[in-house]
Amino acid sequence: MGNRRYLNFQGYSFMMPALLAILFFTIVPVVYAFFMMFYKVDILSGARTFIGLDNFRKIFEDPKFWASFTNTFRYVLVVVPIQTVIAMALAALLNSKINFSRGFLTIMFIPTLTSSSAMTLIFMWLFNNNGLMANMMEQLFGMKVEFLTNPSLALTVIMAMNIFSTVPHFMVVFLSGLQDIPDSLYEAASLDGANSFKKFLHVTVPQLMPITFYVITMGLVGCFQIFDQAFILSGGTGGPQNSTLTFSLYIYQLAFTSNDMGRATALAFVLGTIIFAVTYIVNKLLKADEVNG
Amino acid sequence: MTMKKNNKKLKIFVYTLLIIYSIFTLAPFLWSILTSFKTTAEIAAGGTILPENWSLKGYETVLASQLPTWVVNSLLVALLTTGINLIFNTMAGYALARIDFKGRHVLFSMLLALIMIPSQVTMIPLYIVVSKLGLVDTHWSIILTTMINIGYIFMMRQFFVNFPRDVEEAATMDGLSKIGTFFRIVLPNAKAAVATQAVFVFMGVWNEFMKPLLFISSPDKYMLTQGLNSLAKAYKTATQWDVIMAGALISIIPIFIIYIVLNKYFITSNDQTAGVK
Repeated sequence: MGNRRYLNFQGYSFMMPALLAILFFTIVPVVYAFFMMFYKVDILSGARTFIGLDNFRKIFEDPKFWASFTNTFRYVLVVVPIQTVIAMALAALLNSKINFSRGFLTIMFIPTLTSSSAMTLIFMWLFNNNGLMANMMEQLFGMKVEFLTNPSLALTVIMAMNIFSTVPHFMVVFLSGLQDIPDSLYEAASLDGANSFKKFLHVTVPQLMPITFYVITMGLVGCFQIFDQAFILSGGTGGPQNSTLTFSLYIYQLAFTSNDMGRATALAFVLGTIIFAVTYIVNKLLKADEVNG
Repeated sequence: MTMKKNNKKLKIFVYTLLIIYSIFTLAPFLWSILTSFKTTAEIAAGGTILPENWSLKGYETVLASQLPTWVVNSLLVALLTTGINLIFNTMAGYALARIDFKGRHVLFSMLLALIMIPSQVTMIPLYIVVSKLGLVDTHWSIILTTMINIGYIFMMRQFFVNFPRDVEEAATMDGLSKIGTFFRIVLPNAKAAVATQAVFVFMGVWNEFMKPLLFISSPDKYMLTQGLNSLAKAYKTATQWDVIMAGALISIIPIFIIYIVLNKYFITSNDQTAGVK
C-alpha cells in the first residue's frame, strides 16, 4: 500500500502550484464575494456594515443598472447570432477545397491577435467624427453621421468591432469541426442530387451542431462580460448618455468610482447568475431542437 | 459539362467572398498604418487616403513618451507569466491525466465548476486579496493572479490522456523519478501542446486590459494596453491620431512577429481567451 500513498503524494505535489493559485486567486475571492454582497464595504476606511439584501434592492431600483442591463442584452442579441453565422459561413468557404486557403486563413485571423485596446483605438479613429467612416458617409450619402458621440450609434460601433475581432477565432473552431465531417455524407447528398447550398444546409449545418453549441455558449459568456471596448471608447464613463454602459463597466464604476464594493459585488453576482441562466436556457432550447429535428 | 461549369462559377463565388472578407479584414489596419505616417495637420483636415507628406512625427512622439517603458513592462510580465503557466498548467494537466491519486476526479469536477465562474464575479474580491497581499501597483499582481489557467490545464490533460504510456514507463524503468521523467521525457514530447499554450498565454497577458487597469496605478509601471489608453486620452483632443495609431501599431508588432514565426500554433481552436474578447 506504500505505492498508493506514493501516488497520492505525487499527484498532489504535481497539482500543488495550481491548487494554491486557485485557492488564493479564485476560491478565496468567490467565497469573499458571497459575503461582500450583503455588506456595505468602504475600501478606503475598510469599514463593513451588514445590510442584508439592501445592495440588491438598490441595484434593481437604479436606472443606471437598467441602462446597463438593456445595453448588455442588446449587445448580446446582436453580436452572438451575427458572429456565429459569419464564422460558420467563412469556415465553410475556407473548407471548400480551394487553393490558398491557408493564405486566406492567415490574413483573416489577424484581428484575433490584436489587443482590445489597440483594436478599439483603431475603430475609434475609423468612426471618429473626422474619421474614414464619417467622411465616407458624407461623400456617399451626404449625411453627417457622428458615430461615437451619438447615443444610438456608439454601442453599434462596439458591436461591429467585437464581431470583427471574434469571428476569426470562431471560424477556426468551425473549421476544425468541418474537417471531421466524413466525405461520405457529402457524396451521398450528391447522389441525391443536392447542390452545394443544399449540402451546406442539410449536411454541414446539422453535423456542426455540437460545435455550434460551443461557439454560441462561448459567445454568450464573452459578450455578457464586454468591458474593455466600452471602457476605452467612453473613457470609462459609459457615455454618451449611458449608451455604452455595460454590466462590467457599471460594476467597475460602482467599485472604483463610487467606492461601493458591496453593491459592485452584488451586481457581479447578478451578472454571473444571468450568464448561467441564459447559457443554460439557450443550450436546453438548442439541444431540444436537435433531438426533435 | 454543366456540372463543371457550375463548379467553376461556384469557385469564383467562393474566391470573391473570401477576397472581399480578407480586404475587409486588412482595411482597418492599412488605414491606421497610413494614418500613422500622416502629419497631424493633414489628419485634422480630413484629406486624402495616402499621406501627402510621409511623416515619422507620430512614431517620434510615441517613442519619446513612456511607451518604450510600457513595452518592456509588458514583455517582462508576459514572458514570466508564460513560463510559470507552462510549467504549472502542464504539471497539473499531467497529474489529472496520468497519476492515479485519491480525489483527482473530485478535483477535476471542481476545476470544471470554477472555470465557469465569470471573472467579473471575482474581480472585486480579487482586488481586495491583491491589496491585502500588498501587491497593488506591482507587476506581481498580474503575474501571480495569472500564473495558472484552468483552460490550459484541461488542454494539457487531454493531451496526456492521448499520450503513449510506454515512453514514460521505459524512463521509469531506467530509474528516473516521476519529476525527472516529467521534465526530461514528458515535457520535450509535449512540445506542440506546450507551444500552443505558450503562444496563447503570452498573447493573453500582452493583450490583457482589465487587470492592469485595476491593479496598477503608476504610469511608469503601466502595462502596454493601459498605457495606450492613457496615450489616446492625452492625444485624442488634439486629433493627433498619427501618434495614437503609431502607438497602437507598435503594440501589435511583437504578437505579429510571433504569429509569423509560429503560425501553425496560432490557428487552432485552443485559444481560451478569444471568447471573452
